[in-house]
Amino acid sequence: REVSRNRASLCGRLRDLRQYLHVLREGQRFTSLPVGPGVPAPPGSAATCLTVQPWGGLPIPALLLCLCSFVAGVIHPWRVTAFERLLWRACRGYLVASFVEMPEPMEDPATGESITWVIFLISYWGEQIGQKIRKILDCFHCQVYAYPESEASRTEAITRLHGQIQELSVTLEETEKYLAEVLDKVAQVLPTWRVQVQKMKAIYLVLNQCSFDVTKKCLIAEVWCPVRDLTQVQDALRQGSYQSGSSVECFVQRVPTSESPPTLIRTNKFTAGFQSIVDAYGVASYQEVNPAPYAIITFPFIFAIMFGDVGHGLLMFLFALWMVLYEDSPRLRQGTNEIWLTFFEGRYLILLMGAFSIYTGFIYNECFSKATVIFPSAWSVATMANHSSWSAAYLATHPSLTLDPNVTGVFRGPYPFGIDPIWSLATNHLNFLNSFKMKMSVVLGIVHMGFGVVLGVFNHVHFQQRHRLVLEFLPEMIFLLALFGYLVFLIFYKWIKFSAADSMVAPSILIHFIDMFLFTSNAENLPLYPGQVPVQVVLVVLALASVPILLLGTPLYQWCRQGGLTVGAVPVQPLATGDQEPLLEGQEAGNSVNATTEDVESGGHSPDAKHLDFAEIFMHQAIHTIEYCLGCVSNTASYLRLWALSLAHAQLSEVLWTMVMRNGFVGLSYVGGVVLVPVFAAFAVLTVAILLVMEGLSAFLHALRLHWVEFQNKFYVGAGYKLCPFAFAPDTWE
Amino acid sequence: AHSFALPLVLFSAFWGLVGIAAPWFVPKGPNRGVIITMLVTTAVCCYLFWLIAILAQANPLFGPQLKNETIWYVRFLWE
Repeated sequence: REVSRNRASLCGRLRDLRQYLHVLREGQRFTSLPVGPGVPAPPGSAATCLTVQPWGGLPIPALLLCLCSFVAGVIHPWRVTAFERLLWRACRGYLVASFVEMPEPMEDPATGESITWVIFLISYWGEQIGQKIRKILDCFHCQVYAYPESEASRTEAITRLHGQIQELSVTLEETEKYLAEVLDKVAQVLPTWRVQVQKMKAIYLVLNQCSFDVTKKCLIAEVWCPVRDLTQVQDALRQGSYQSGSSVECFVQRVPTSESPPTLIRTNKFTAGFQSIVDAYGVASYQEVNPAPYAIITFPFIFAIMFGDVGHGLLMFLFALWMVLYEDSPRLRQGTNEIWLTFFEGRYLILLMGAFSIYTGFIYNECFSKATVIFPSAWSVATMANHSSWSAAYLATHPSLTLDPNVTGVFRGPYPFGIDPIWSLATNHLNFLNSFKMKMSVVLGIVHMGFGVVLGVFNHVHFQQRHRLVLEFLPEMIFLLALFGYLVFLIFYKWIKFSAADSMVAPSILIHFIDMFLFTSNAENLPLYPGQVPVQVVLVVLALASVPILLLGTPLYQWCRQGGLTVGAVPVQPLATGDQEPLLEGQEAGNSVNATTEDVESGGHSPDAKHLDFAEIFMHQAIHTIEYCLGCVSNTASYLRLWALSLAHAQLSEVLWTMVMRNGFVGLSYVGGVVLVPVFAAFAVLTVAILLVMEGLSAFLHALRLHWVEFQNKFYVGAGYKLCPFAFAPDTWE
Repeated sequence: AHSFALPLVLFSAFWGLVGIAAPWFVPKGPNRGVIITMLVTTAVCCYLFWLIAILAQANPLFGPQLKNETIWYVRFLWE
């Protein structure tokens, strides 16, 4: 820096000297002429030469010249006209000013650009005018130079200046060379310096977060640390102290606290994607059961139910496989496109989604909307035709006919794997499929929700709240199973017990279910099994009875445990249970301890506060009850979206087939073969854009919603916060 | 003619193997829990889905309605 400053000052001096030299030279030209300044500019000068002739062209006697004083300087060319005018007005013609452009452009000290300056020489007489002129010069920021009177001194000055300039140039050269050397050296070590500075900055940022202890001699940092890693941390600290050669060791000590610890769930690259979709809803509360290990399978499965198509599933699977196999390639990892990164982060998710879609595609028997005949179809058209003597003429007159399963031999047993391929040829395809998918959605939904309630058991057990097992889990399960478990039973029963023989009188489950709630019965709707009505009455009564237990059980239990209003009888839970207990292992089916409101609330509260707490607990429980009971009904219906989306997907792919691809096979000539290529291109593009991307995203969204709302509100609290592991943050690197 | 019992036994055995027997053979490691969870969940989900599909077709209450062209073609093709 010093070197640069020196160099700058040297340059400035050099410039000044040069300017002075020029001024003298040019001024010399004017004043060395024996004739006054009235003589016009010497010919051949390309410069703009302005002469002010106040005396109307009359030559000024040389005598007057000796009496006048000179001011010489340089002025910025843009200001020349203004300067002139001002001089003229201010001094009323008692001066003569000449302007000449400098022969070479020089650097402007202020702006650094190279400008051709204008040299001026003002001759005047009288002291006051001199002062005025100087003031004006100051205003205009001109560089003024002393103008020696006699010619001899002028020449002397010029030679002197020459010498000075020479010396200065040499010095300047040396300075420049030296500066270049210094810069070179610095450039070599600059990267290391930069890294060191960044490291120091990061370290100081972290140290700022620590606090001083009592003696002000050392820093204390309060951290959260997983209990499992405690010994590792101690080892690391010991090693660090040893390596830095300090005399005092750093050590770590457990400290009791009433704060709720952060949640740490360890994931590997496979499980991270699934954990992130659970965390997007809410990070698990401390030591709560983690739904992510189950979501690894149930989420792709629910997606696949809505997406089920072998062909589309295969495409999705291959795309994800490519991403997974090349996941270490830097080209894939360093993409900047956000959408691509989202897909890449979820590559394992998409892999599983594709795999399950292939499976459900086989069950739905859909491959790009076409059915595959893996096993021979269960329905025999020939038998039906022979039985009803469908001759060619008969067929010609009847555009559509139905196969009757009552005729022996027409239906030969259920298709062993999936939906029978004949249904894809049938016109009443949707009649059968709708019934099947609706029941499937309801069954799977109730199973999913039941599983959610069961997961709540893990929470109750882990947090030592066994009373909740009896007072919450049991009523919840009874409510769910008595009503909706019974519905599942009815569905399965009807599938097994009723066949084509009694298809005319087959009861409607829906009507039965509604009648069950209303305690009415419908004469046309036959019972499914003898004794159905009393059984249903019992079940409804059971379900209704479980509601008040759910509503009042836990609050009353807590109230009784707290012994009413006496303060002394309060069993204070040691706050240590809320400490750094073993954090949740995300890999195993959760054992969790929840440091909930109960522990914190039951510690040392005044009786008034307890009363309020009881009201709060009661209200909380009421909300939970209402939410659960109403939720059971609405969430069951919500699972019907599985049916709706799979239907939409099937219809869309069928439309693409019939309206796009099939037209490519119409022409059977060679031209038809050529036409097939653009048709297939259109089919492929539409398949990827509409069916894979749009339907995929839609099914993904709905599966996510089913998990987040219908499944997780049976047991999940999700009010925790994540552990931010100690790391030097990247934004301190700048 | 398709039997109902044979596929039932076969698939129950298969998914039973996946969901009940295979978890015993998962090698010990940090991911053992996750893998067992995945196996069991997969077995339950896929078995249930297949079971629903076959049960829904076991006793059909009505048959497929086909166009006359389809009947004319399939009648001789699928026999």
